[in-house]
Amino acid sequence: MALPSYTTTSQRIGWYSFLTYCGLVFFFLIAPIFIILPLSFSASPFFEFTREFMNFEPEAWSLRWYRQMVGIASVGDTTVVSNKWMLGTRNSFIIGISATFLATALGTIAALGLSRPNMPFKGTIMAILISPMIVPLIITSAGMFFFYSKIGLTHTYLGLILAHTALGTPFVVITVTATLTGFDTNLIRASQSLGADTMRTFFKVIMPLILPGVISGALFAFITSFDEVVVVMFVGSVEQITIPKQMWAGLRQETSPVILCMATCLVALSIALLTTVELLRRRSERLRGIKLRN
Amino acid sequence: MFRDKIMNETTAGSILTTEGIPLKVSLQKAERRNKIRAVLLVAPLLLFILFTFLIPIGDMLLRSVDDSHINTVFPKTFKEYKKWDRQDLPSEELYKTMFFEVKESEGYAIGKASTRMNYAKSGWKSLLKKSKRKFKKIEEGPYKEQMIAIDKKWANMEYWKAIGVMVDATTAGYYLNAVDLKYNVDKEVVRQKENRRIYNHTWFKTFKVSVLVMVFCLMLGYPIAYLLSTLPLKYSNLLMICVLLPFWTSLLVRTVAWMVMLQQKGVFNNLLVMSNIIADENRFKLMYNETATIIVMTQILLPFMVLPLYSVMRTISPNYMRAALNLGASPLHAFWKIYMPNSVPGISAGCMLVFILAIGYYITPELVGGKDGQMIGNWIAYHLKTTLNWGLCAALGAILLGVMTVLYWVYNKLVGIENIKLG
Repeated sequence: MALPSYTTTSQRIGWYSFLTYCGLVFFFLIAPIFIILPLSFSASPFFEFTREFMNFEPEAWSLRWYRQMVGIASVGDTTVVSNKWMLGTRNSFIIGISATFLATALGTIAALGLSRPNMPFKGTIMAILISPMIVPLIITSAGMFFFYSKIGLTHTYLGLILAHTALGTPFVVITVTATLTGFDTNLIRASQSLGADTMRTFFKVIMPLILPGVISGALFAFITSFDEVVVVMFVGSVEQITIPKQMWAGLRQETSPVILCMATCLVALSIALLTTVELLRRRSERLRGIKLRN
Repeated sequence: MFRDKIMNETTAGSILTTEGIPLKVSLQKAERRNKIRAVLLVAPLLLFILFTFLIPIGDMLLRSVDDSHINTVFPKTFKEYKKWDRQDLPSEELYKTMFFEVKESEGYAIGKASTRMNYAKSGWKSLLKKSKRKFKKIEEGPYKEQMIAIDKKWANMEYWKAIGVMVDATTAGYYLNAVDLKYNVDKEVVRQKENRRIYNHTWFKTFKVSVLVMVFCLMLGYPIAYLLSTLPLKYSNLLMICVLLPFWTSLLVRTVAWMVMLQQKGVFNNLLVMSNIIADENRFKLMYNETATIIVMTQILLPFMVLPLYSVMRTISPNYMRAALNLGASPLHAFWKIYMPNSVPGISAGCMLVFILAIGYYITPELVGGKDGQMIGNWIAYHLKTTLNWGLCAALGAILLGVMTVLYWVYNKLVGIENIKLG
């Protein structure tokens, strides 16, 4: 941003030091995420930038940790050995996708109810529905561990999926209610007066308009489940490995650089999801002339 | 309001619907139907959250005061116990009931009860274990002398008195433990022994770390939120990605990244050594301590500060500042008197959110905090997983939850829960 010509020297200094400060803060936010990308291609078994690595010596760079991650023993060998990382990836996707579907369905319907003007105790109910996002995970995990073991849900996939659904719903509720704040209820009346029944109105009129919000919410719910480790540790069994659980184990026991490879993949995933959400948000702003982020 | 007014004016019944029902009645009916419909839409999720989330937490809260297991192991003893005058050693009768209940109970139940009894007076566990084994040989009474012959602790008043603490089916003992207090054998509240006082210190540390993280987040987040809100949308959207990306990146990934950055041979120390700012042997200890916890938590929670600040700052018209400057205020003065007060709602929303989230942190302190960066969440996990002292685990959790609930309630009053922003 160019400064106007009448600014004094001290104002200029102030403005540029302010910009520098902001730049440093952005660096603080972003740098740690990208520092791991190059390091995952290092041949060194430690989490450090060696001198050879910095000088781009070919033997210091390698894909060996990536090969280990996907279970290929050596170069050229195409047999894939199943390992904990791939098992974890599979489990993470199974749990994440199931939880996302449940959370999105429940959350969207609830958001529709919450956005009706005649909803009683709206504030209280909203506060309850959002609470899984606010209550510390360790407390949630402790409670779930005690209760789920009573009813036999611990060490089952169902238990993990239900738990992750509960953790994901607040995000769906928040994004969908935000989308619905600008919703013109006359459209529903118009549809009904033209003879459409409730289901038809929902799928043909409401759904297409709130879809960006629903998808954003679903992606939030997915990443919440995909990233969750505390509940998995306490409610899941030892064999129920997910990606974050394997990373946790890796960090606490054998600090293997495979963690960095998986972390790189996760960063790529989060960039993809973030881009999708941003595009959706802009699209819905453009289409309806409302701002979701206000 | 307007509708009410119309309704009041027509109570005389002058206006009827086509079916001949008074309009007011018909309207009320329609209203009620709409209300039920709205409730029915919310009901599935509400029930789901109730079942998967609220009941488990309620269960945990009950566990924090629950003391009933021991009553199911020694029901007769406890009944007999209430007759005891607590002056001299108990009568033969009490010894006898105790003897049979120890002898006849299952080993598992005794084991669990003895763990609980050990919390009241240490030594109970070994005493019961030993007794359980040796009682088998005793065939007939009198039991008192034989029990004392097995272990002198049976003649120790302290042990008998300690049972008094456990006679009720509920106890506040775990809550006392959670703040470094305990019941002595006479059920008076006393402080824990010097070397066992850990929780008050940890509570204090948890608050200290949360407040520091909140302050740092504000210090770092306020300027960039301001920058984002003043830049044209084209640039601010781009920079917003920098704020949102960490938000979307796995917590563990970010923690790993910080380990790479901060460890002894990490990026930060390497840079300092390479640029000759510090000597190789004086590398900073930035990892596995409280500093690490604070640095990493600040970075992780910063987006939660920036987003609410940004959404408030965008509504502050730049004309206010221009007017103040025009009237002769220095930029700093104008900022302090005009901009800052206008941004207070954002500050309070951001600070509360960061504090609420920080206070219950577990993963980050566990991984980067080392020994002195541990917070209360880590003790909850420790008792849940390692010591299996679930009563204390639940009590610590309940206190934390209580603090959270108060803050959450205030947040809801101040900011409104529906205004939480997710980017």
